[in-house]
Amino acid sequence: MASYVHRIEVQYSRDPRLPTRTERFRSLGFPLRELHLVDVYTIATSRRDFSPEELSQIGAQLSNPVVQQYSVDRPTEADFDHAIEVGFLPGVTDNAGTTAKQTIEDYFGFRFGEGEAVFSSQLYLASGDLTPESLQKLTAALANPLVNRVHVKSREEYGERGMVPIAPFVHLHELQAAGTVDLDLPDAELARLGKEGIIDPETEERRGPLALDLAQLHAIRDYFRGLGRKPTDVEIESLAQTWSEHCKHTIFASAMDDDVPRGLYKTCIQAATNTIRKEKGDNDICVSVFTDNSGAIVFDDEHLVTCKVETHNSPSALDPFGGALTGIVGVNRDTIGFGLGAKPCINVYGYCVGDPGTDPALFRGKNRENPILPPRRIFEGVISGVGVGGNCSGIPTPQGWCYFHDRYVGKPLVFAGTVGVMPRARDGKNLHEKQALPGDLVVMVGGRVGKDGIHGATFSSEALDPASPVTAVQIGDPITQKKFSDVIVKEARDLDLYRSITDNGAGGLSCSVAEMAKESGGCHVLLDRVPLKYPGMAPWEIWISESQERMTLAVPEEKIEAFMDLMKRREVEATVIGTFTDTGRCVVEYGGENVMDVDLDFLHDGLPKKHLRTEPVETAYPEPDIKCPDRLDDLLLAMLKRKNICSKEFISTQYDHTVQGGHVLGPVQGSGRVQAPATLTKVVPGSMKGVGLSQGLFPSYSELDPYRMAVAAIDTAIRGLVATGVPLDTIALLDNFCWCSSDEPERLWQLKRAAFGCRDGAVAFGTPYISGKDSMFNDFSGFDADSNPVKVSVPPTLLISSIGVHPDVATAVSMDAKFDGDLVYVVGETGEELGGSEYLAHLGIPGGTVPALDIETAKVRYGRMADASEKKLVASAFPVTHGGLLVALAKVAIAGGVGMDIAIPGGMRPDCYLFSESLGRFVVTVAPADREAFEEIFGRDAHLLGRVGGTAFRVSGGRTLIEQQVTAMEAAYKAPFGGY
Amino acid sequence: MARANNARALIMSGYGINSEMETQEALMRAGMASDIVHINDLIAGEKTLSDYRLMVFPGGFSYGDDTGAGNAYANRVRNNLWSDVKDFLAGDNLVLGICNGFQILANLGLIPAFDRDYPRDIALMPNIKGVLECRFVTLKPAAENLWTKGIAHLYCPVSHGEGNFSCSEETLKRIEREGMVAFRYCRDDLSPAGGEYPYNPNGSLADIAGITSADGKVLGLMPHPERALEFVNLYDWPTRKERLRREGRPLPTESMNMQFFRNIVAYFGE
Repeated sequence: MASYVHRIEVQYSRDPRLPTRTERFRSLGFPLRELHLVDVYTIATSRRDFSPEELSQIGAQLSNPVVQQYSVDRPTEADFDHAIEVGFLPGVTDNAGTTAKQTIEDYFGFRFGEGEAVFSSQLYLASGDLTPESLQKLTAALANPLVNRVHVKSREEYGERGMVPIAPFVHLHELQAAGTVDLDLPDAELARLGKEGIIDPETEERRGPLALDLAQLHAIRDYFRGLGRKPTDVEIESLAQTWSEHCKHTIFASAMDDDVPRGLYKTCIQAATNTIRKEKGDNDICVSVFTDNSGAIVFDDEHLVTCKVETHNSPSALDPFGGALTGIVGVNRDTIGFGLGAKPCINVYGYCVGDPGTDPALFRGKNRENPILPPRRIFEGVISGVGVGGNCSGIPTPQGWCYFHDRYVGKPLVFAGTVGVMPRARDGKNLHEKQALPGDLVVMVGGRVGKDGIHGATFSSEALDPASPVTAVQIGDPITQKKFSDVIVKEARDLDLYRSITDNGAGGLSCSVAEMAKESGGCHVLLDRVPLKYPGMAPWEIWISESQERMTLAVPEEKIEAFMDLMKRREVEATVIGTFTDTGRCVVEYGGENVMDVDLDFLHDGLPKKHLRTEPVETAYPEPDIKCPDRLDDLLLAMLKRKNICSKEFISTQYDHTVQGGHVLGPVQGSGRVQAPATLTKVVPGSMKGVGLSQGLFPSYSELDPYRMAVAAIDTAIRGLVATGVPLDTIALLDNFCWCSSDEPERLWQLKRAAFGCRDGAVAFGTPYISGKDSMFNDFSGFDADSNPVKVSVPPTLLISSIGVHPDVATAVSMDAKFDGDLVYVVGETGEELGGSEYLAHLGIPGGTVPALDIETAKVRYGRMADASEKKLVASAFPVTHGGLLVALAKVAIAGGVGMDIAIPGGMRPDCYLFSESLGRFVVTVAPADREAFEEIFGRDAHLLGRVGGTAFRVSGGRTLIEQQVTAMEAAYKAPFGGY
Repeated sequence: MARANNARALIMSGYGINSEMETQEALMRAGMASDIVHINDLIAGEKTLSDYRLMVFPGGFSYGDDTGAGNAYANRVRNNLWSDVKDFLAGDNLVLGICNGFQILANLGLIPAFDRDYPRDIALMPNIKGVLECRFVTLKPAAENLWTKGIAHLYCPVSHGEGNFSCSEETLKRIEREGMVAFRYCRDDLSPAGGEYPYNPNGSLADIAGITSADGKVLGLMPHPERALEFVNLYDWPTRKERLRREGRPLPTESMNMQFFRNIVAYFGE
């Protein structure tokens, strides 16, 4: 326990953020006059105290005398009504506290020891007429009870003494040994063990769900019967991690009905890739698919690029900032952990959230206990988390999207992806290949291990003991990760200091070490050696903890000295925690005893097989019965304001998208700054090639036709790239299924149909999958305000991400209309396909026909687009997606800051023609001089609609349908999130 | 293209600095060789500052901007390398800080460094909008010096959460009087931004984007010319490209921002 505690408060003399911060909270409905912010550092030491003079020196180190003041053990003086201090709960990552600690250590030349630390907190000083209720709401808006501690004082209570210094150390009193688990139980008891967890002998409470079903528990029982002993808790917890849906993807791996005996993954995703690779022969672009932490394709003769897209849904529902931050830095590690280490060079994001304008009354507990976070809070939190992760790591984040639907209120989906780049070979050795050999040392690098993320996905509403560490959620520490990322990818890899590397993600060491042990044929780990954040953890916790910012490496004995020396010089903690072996066993030792000794074969392949059954879903939605209005002006403006269509530029500008110097086509384009569906980035300075990224997703189609939904997602992801000039034959895909209730046969049928769509779409386009991930139970189960049980399931969601290589970015095409007089075309055919469209959603009508696509025709068209781009005949190109042709035309006009005169053909109702979401189409503008050459390439597939020019956007079809100033359209497009 | 000389640049790295590679690329294209050196290797004496003529603090997020952007890294320099840095400043050498580098220089007092004294006189406060701002800005030189020679304007990204230039009235007067303002944010037509967002992206006093030290040898600059070295890096290049194509003119390969790095290299070539 710390004996000396001091508190330093730092405040801006004139805080430049004060007006924006105050205004922001006023706009949320709080009657504030001002909301000041004070940074607080609480310094807790036990071995030595600091003199007043030293504390004053520390204050000077932690503040800027030009614009800030600090006070030592003396409250900040200010005019306010309420003081709200927000700090972290014990065990939560505190990056500012760590930096302050390092600064103090560096200044005085000494090290903080065990039980000594610096904690950061933020003190808000609010002035305004806050009722007790609004004060409580403000507190809830500033802090998250899962990670934060909060202390509130009125001005009177604050008085002359201010806030109370608090040092949130972790104190554990746990059994630091492995116990055995009796599986010779009746089935009902066994099932309960799988569902609720092992009973802790100390507390006699269940430790939290293992998520093992009865068949799996029987397999484990039988295995240990064969060994003639009872399993330890370390072994059970480890098997539960390794066999989890998260790690083994059992739903995609299991046989399904009679037509998918090998499972959806092998039958649809892997088979599609195999077929395509075979057909492409020498032109195969794949380098590494499915086997590694990311997938990789050829970039040029010397380089490959990797890509991986992950989701981090459950943690983001609980702590949006921490969850999303952990998601993005986690997928960065899938890049660093690809092959022998690729350099992360582009981040991408995607958020499915509830409408941030709503505040639904949903609770995790009965009697209005434990409310869900409001959608806006989740939205802003995840935006900030991914932003901080990318920005602090020096990785540009140009590409992303947001999709809003009420069914994401209980469980948001947070997609985070990373592209990496690396040389294909060095000294004749392929860098995408790795192999740990027997005798190599197991080395853990990066952050320390705490109780973070243990049974994290299974948050329960139990009150947290004030001194118990937060386990359900993790907050990332991008700088710790940046330090080891740099030393690994920019130094150690090229010094050939290790033979294999992988990420510590889900399952922690239990999964990373056991996974790498497959390469050598076994492992022997000494768990006592693992550095801990705080003492007192049980061995099973150390083994499965998901503490962030860690990698596991296999270092040959003769290189260990050089490796450890390099890590030390870069201030990266690295620890030898065992040896890779060829014994065929995964052995874990703790306190001189084996606490785990299991056959690798059983660990990885002992999982009993399942056979899933599906049940078709009959969807009989009638075609909508609606009238087309005479004029469509209001509809156009309303559609541009729809949250799924309007500008979310405030995200693009707070994400660094220019670092690493490769910006070519960015997240917003044109003088009107419209968000683009695809971006292009240079990743190798000397090369004119670029990496194109885009995505497609249509959750609103899922319930109507999951097969077509998948094809639409594939086509849209591909078409976004084709519009910029990326050739179809360089494009690869990634799939992310985020399903719901995947134990229901109807949902599994939808899954199967979507997977078939994935297979057929990819094979027809010739675009292989290189990586994917699934998350199968995105359901919220809780209660409404009257304590009635409520289940909110996300719409079955499939994200298809595309990555392609542009051969020469100097010929790339942006989306904005360029000059007066240019011709406007729509390329491709428009059908009456309004099912699941934004138009029908705007009108509140379900049903209709979901767009279908003739892929063979589309392929020919996309080839022509590449041809036209290469011949420089395309002044701008934009793929028609959500909102249909009219929205696409409007976005092209707004981006260019120019008007258009458009005449639509007869034969179809104007609203159907303009709002149908038929696939395969582009809006293209062309210089008048290039008309002939352009039309020669496309023939009758290109439909001339009108011209660019003036300041007004006019659409006619026999009569005037729309006449609007482009400035008014731009205002509508940018209005909904203008205050963010 | 590149003039041969022996001057070498030291580019600082470590603890979350992240723009060292594009900075090296910029100098290389302008004709200057450089080494990326981890600050710990300088502290440990594995590399020596006096072997170099140019010291660059590149952009990044050292220490995650905790305790104030650039503050913790500046403390590390001051607490471990201060006498080497002072010796370096006394020689015929240059120091450049971009973005996080500028924040580090400001916290170290290397700018403005009136009278060869190094107190903290300027600050880069949080942007008025309170979040990171990443967008292209136009910069106009505000003084004629070795850094700005031959530059009509720069067009490059800002990307920072704390770039809001601030100092006392007295300091501002002295900086302006002594011609130390190197670049100011301006509008597309090069007229003054007048503090207006987004031309002035962060609320900086007097639209200041970059200033030099009193002796002119140290420059701190918030925007990132090293991130837009090529024509295709410029925000509006697709429009420029289309216009040039229709006029039958060739596309440039590099951007106007290269001149900034050429000027630095030229200093050592003379």
